[in-house]
Amino acid sequence: MTKQLFPRLLGPVTLVLLALTAWLGLWVTPRDAVQGNLVRLVYVHPAVAWVALYVSFGTATIASVLYLWKRTRSIVMDRVAHCAMEVSVVFIVLTLITGSIWGRPTWGVWWAWDARLTSTAILGVLALGYLALRRANDDQALRARRSAVFAILAAINVPIIHFSVDWWKTLHQGATVFTANRTLLIHGLMAWTLLVSFLGFTLLFFWLLRARYRLEVSRERALSVSLDEALTLRRREGAF
Amino acid sequence: MPDAPPPVVALHDAVVFAGGFPLLSGVDLDLGAGTLSVVTGANGAGKTSLLRLLGGLVALSGGTGTVAGVDLGSGDLRQLRRRVGWLGHEGSFYDDLSVRENLTFAARALGRPTGEIAPAVARVGLEHRIDTSAKQLSAGQRRRLGLAWLLLRRAELWLLDEPYASLDDEGRTFFDALLGDVVAGGATVVVSAHDPLRSAALAPRTLTLAGGRIVGDVS
Amino acid sequence: MIRTALLVAGKDLRIELRSRVLLWQVVPFGVMALLLCGLALGPAHAGNSPAGPGLFYLVTLLVTLLMINRSQAVERTSGTRSSVATLGLDPAGVFLGKALALAVELWVTGLVLLAGAVLVLHTALHGALVALPSIAVTLGALAAAGTLYGALTAGGDGSATLLPVLALPAFAPLLIAGERSFSAALHGGALWEWWVIAAVALVAYLAVGILLYGVLEES
Repeated sequence: MTKQLFPRLLGPVTLVLLALTAWLGLWVTPRDAVQGNLVRLVYVHPAVAWVALYVSFGTATIASVLYLWKRTRSIVMDRVAHCAMEVSVVFIVLTLITGSIWGRPTWGVWWAWDARLTSTAILGVLALGYLALRRANDDQALRARRSAVFAILAAINVPIIHFSVDWWKTLHQGATVFTANRTLLIHGLMAWTLLVSFLGFTLLFFWLLRARYRLEVSRERALSVSLDEALTLRRREGAF
Repeated sequence: MPDAPPPVVALHDAVVFAGGFPLLSGVDLDLGAGTLSVVTGANGAGKTSLLRLLGGLVALSGGTGTVAGVDLGSGDLRQLRRRVGWLGHEGSFYDDLSVRENLTFAARALGRPTGEIAPAVARVGLEHRIDTSAKQLSAGQRRRLGLAWLLLRRAELWLLDEPYASLDDEGRTFFDALLGDVVAGGATVVVSAHDPLRSAALAPRTLTLAGGRIVGDVS
Repeated sequence: MIRTALLVAGKDLRIELRSRVLLWQVVPFGVMALLLCGLALGPAHAGNSPAGPGLFYLVTLLVTLLMINRSQAVERTSGTRSSVATLGLDPAGVFLGKALALAVELWVTGLVLLAGAVLVLHTALHGALVALPSIAVTLGALAAAGTLYGALTAGGDGSATLLPVLALPAFAPLLIAGERSFSAALHGGALWEWWVIAAVALVAYLAVGILLYGVLEES
């Protein structure tokens, strides 16, 4: 019963949290003295970036490690990694678009040679590369192994992105939500709105992941029917 | 009465898929130690795939199988590969290296003394080309280099993919004699060929493949 | 593992010495790419350009892609792969050996390209010499990463075009680290951050390669 309840509630709860984020972010929270209404992007961009860089890539990496670990190796892990990486591409693109929209009035250009922006774009190409690698290998086991190794290699780039702001010290603003010693920079209603947005977008990721996973299972089921047919046809070759 | 030795190869309904296509569609096969078998069939019948399965070079997709005591489904295929000698139909070595350099690499990889190279080269009649680059050898000489590579290995199971292709009569006779010696020494040999073996010296078991299955078995 | 690594590295370097692909194809390509960089900068900026270190690394990355493809191609000709798989070599040793051979080839090519940068882009010789240790570490990291990405893409559909898509994003931090440390050697400035990036990448790729190359070889 409880097992059924959580997946059923995932979609509605996600929608409610995202609607709440929109309401709080657009109508309830105040304008910024310097950035004006532009500051409202803080309720979208950091949360989307959090999902793109950490939640989805983290899920894909953990699933890939579990696939390579013999004790936990299962096609489920390969599917989760694949689906998480696909959803990750969506969130990386959203991160770049929202960042660009924020950057245009702030920096005066749509694209700046900012370290975090550039690194996120590179990570996006890595995620696309993961999907290209999957397409290049027909054999399921081979595809799963190679993809898992590549996902782990790609994950090595995530900490480089995280530290890039400090290392390259370019245009991007520093930490938005917390200081280096974990002191909250945003207060009151804004902080609560931010929290709701992080929760909403994180749940949106898991909702999309679940939907994509179910689609993949259906696709594989359809494919396995054709595998049986292929086997029957192949056996028939020998009968003549 | 002692028990019969276990077969070197035991496949039951073995299926191998690659890219959604069934290369093998249900092979049942038992091969004992010290036997010579020839796998024949048309192009695409599954001959090379069967050899690759026996060598642990492709994974089993369905059915069960044991080769040299290693379970093809759950066993350590790397262990199996160490006990197998493979000769591909195009050769099995580095084209830019000489005969000696190729065999030195194989001997060192296998932990065999390099002193075994000269007898192996002499056995296959390549001593006069020992410092020639592999890509400068004729098709027949490349086969002989492949055999020298296998002689160094002392494999339990020899898997030879189309070894007779582009060999002249002298080459065939030489090959037959060598295989006879190897089988007499206790190794199991599986050869793939388009046509049944026409050998006066050897009386192999002939397996005919079609559609990824064995459809004929003549001893 | 070390014994296998030295065996494989020796074999790869010997193949390179025999085939001379590096000398006759890769190095001329790199030199031509450097000349093109000068032409792209225009006559006013081609000499003494601050872009010199970056262009040196950009050309090196392009050359690295060619060399990775070459490093994998020698294992995939004429049935070599199956035969070598049956030698049962330690995959971690194979990875280290191939990475070491690639690193040696990259160091040699890097020296030629560095001389080219001094000659045609007027990069200061003293600064180039000071940058040598950081170049050696960065190229080592490129070799380790390249060996892994080469194995990842080898044999797949369109592997030659897939390799740059997968490898170049991972090479980007190395390009930045190399360029920054080279610029610091030329014009002064902090070096340690860039050494950290190159060194962390080198260690990470070596660790992942030692742990996971066997998984890729199973392919």
